[in-house]
Amino acid sequence: MKTSVISLLGIIAAALSTGSVADDIPRTPQGRPDFSGTYDVATLTPLQRPEMFGDNLVLDPKEAARIAEEERKLLEEDLKPSDPNRQAPPQGGDGSTGAAGNVGGYNAFWVERGEGAFEIGGEFRTSIIIDPADGRFPEMTPTGRKALMERRRFYRENTGEAWWLETDGPGPYDDPELRPLGERCLLGFGSTAGPPMLPVLYNNTKRIVQTEDIVTILVEMNHDARIVRMNAEHAPEDQRFWLGDSIGWWDGDELVIDTTNFRDETGLSGATRDLHVVERFRYNDAGQVIYSFTVEDPNVWSEPWSGEYPWPRTDDRMFEYACHEGNYALGGVLRGARLLEQETREAEAADPAASE
Amino acid sequence: MISDGNGTLYMASLFRKFTAGLALMVLLAPPLAARDTAYEAPRGPDGERPDLNGIWQALNTANYDIERHLARHSMQLREGPHGPLPAVDLLKLGAVGAVPPGLGVVEGGRLPYKPEALEKKRENAANWLDRDPEVKCYLPGVPRATYMPHPFRITQSHEGIMIMYQYANAVREIYMEDVGPAPVDSWMGQSVGHWEGDTLVVEVTGLNDQTWFDRAGNHHSDQMKVTERYTPMGPNHLHYQATIEDPQTFTRAWTMSMPLYRRMEPDARLLDFRCVEFVEELLYGEWRRKPLPRP
Repeated sequence: MKTSVISLLGIIAAALSTGSVADDIPRTPQGRPDFSGTYDVATLTPLQRPEMFGDNLVLDPKEAARIAEEERKLLEEDLKPSDPNRQAPPQGGDGSTGAAGNVGGYNAFWVERGEGAFEIGGEFRTSIIIDPADGRFPEMTPTGRKALMERRRFYRENTGEAWWLETDGPGPYDDPELRPLGERCLLGFGSTAGPPMLPVLYNNTKRIVQTEDIVTILVEMNHDARIVRMNAEHAPEDQRFWLGDSIGWWDGDELVIDTTNFRDETGLSGATRDLHVVERFRYNDAGQVIYSFTVEDPNVWSEPWSGEYPWPRTDDRMFEYACHEGNYALGGVLRGARLLEQETREAEAADPAASE
Repeated sequence: MISDGNGTLYMASLFRKFTAGLALMVLLAPPLAARDTAYEAPRGPDGERPDLNGIWQALNTANYDIERHLARHSMQLREGPHGPLPAVDLLKLGAVGAVPPGLGVVEGGRLPYKPEALEKKRENAANWLDRDPEVKCYLPGVPRATYMPHPFRITQSHEGIMIMYQYANAVREIYMEDVGPAPVDSWMGQSVGHWEGDTLVVEVTGLNDQTWFDRAGNHHSDQMKVTERYTPMGPNHLHYQATIEDPQTFTRAWTMSMPLYRRMEPDARLLDFRCVEFVEELLYGEWRRKPLPRP
């Protein structure tokens, strides 16, 4: 008991001595800033800044209001009950943009991407990325650019034809292992669990449970609990993890999380096993929880890039995102590709000249 | 009787006898009686409740069969000329595919199935490979998550409790307040906890009927309610108890119990067992562009 009182006093003294942040922030019984809680991190502010905003990090309030209003109208329209007598969408899709091959796909029932741009300290933001100054990914390395080009060539849009039969190499639907991690239910898409943890189309709930030794961050998709070992050392170099190996420490009143030891496949699209992410949680003067991060991957980007956005608390609870258990899509994707191949081969057999 | 064996090695002999007797009492008598005089656990982050933080694991054969059982040829059997033999699909596993024996974790040894539910259990066992959700890496449900052959971590803070399982990165939050009925059925259910003395009591509802209790085909309906009790029994073990109420499947409530052991390795941690990638060939392999031969 005596020991714990002394150590508690020590922690409080240490916290007071930094003196940098308002002392009315929530604190744990041990005196740490308390980030415990449930958050909904959905936002309409994109990761990369639309080029029209240039170096302008701050979004004009009128523009922010216009974006929010546009989204509200969109949702209002989309939330209207569907016509029960409607016909099936036309073969090949109805021409609208969106997921699921333009054959209907998600409506507003599924989508929860936030109601507006986020603001920090009263200022709306044009992007999550704050460095580089234009709010966009830095220059890619030659290796990174080459890999990106290859991915784009390989994962081209589904045209409803087995175009890959005309190439020498493999096609994007040959094997389950070639499909994106989100489709395979191995990780949530869009770096939702990260790191860095980014807002996505839906299911943006996070839950932090914080002790002196362990900070757990539960990410809704796919029920991924990030376990941050406080004041610990990274795992040996040959131990690799889907979410990387996260260690944490306190820098004054900021929680710092350092993550390395990734696998070849990372939650952050385009990154490699040499990815290194440093994340920080802090309270700003307005009492917001601000999540910030710096991403380094020398194989992909010529310099590190950084971003920040607020994590607003929510009273909602998290639903179970049981992805794999209901993954009828992955088998359907592969079977669909086999059918397209069969159609192509049959067409060629019927009319050999047409395929020349 | 499963004793708390290793945990007592370092204790004085008197204390050893005492705790062995205690374990016996816990399993045979109402657990409340034993708890009052039992081990006093260090307090957790709220300074009030016992500290359940750590990495824990069951050490038994409950995931093979929660009922008392002898060793047998295989998880799925067929009739041979002189008794049961492994089903054809499991034959090549040899001794690796055999079921190790177990004292069982069900108090009273046998499950009180209704006749039609018992019939379904037998069918499940006969079709184990096709039916066991574990084979497909599905979320394990409660209580099976507890005694999968993988560790799990309890994170208990001043304001919340989360349990993370290595198997299939299953996870559940224990709500320490009344959150009302579960909004929807799920694989891991909705867990609502409260403390009774030094025991964490968790009521789990909203479970779907897709999970099993073990590899023996023991099953339940979506009407199941599980009441779990986690009680510290020493610095390095918890007593775990789960009472199952499912009037659709069983004639009465029944209880399973087992010790849970702390993983003592200095670098103990949950590792990745995202078994989804291990079942893609099973579930989707036939739709590869070039399927691998399956003789």
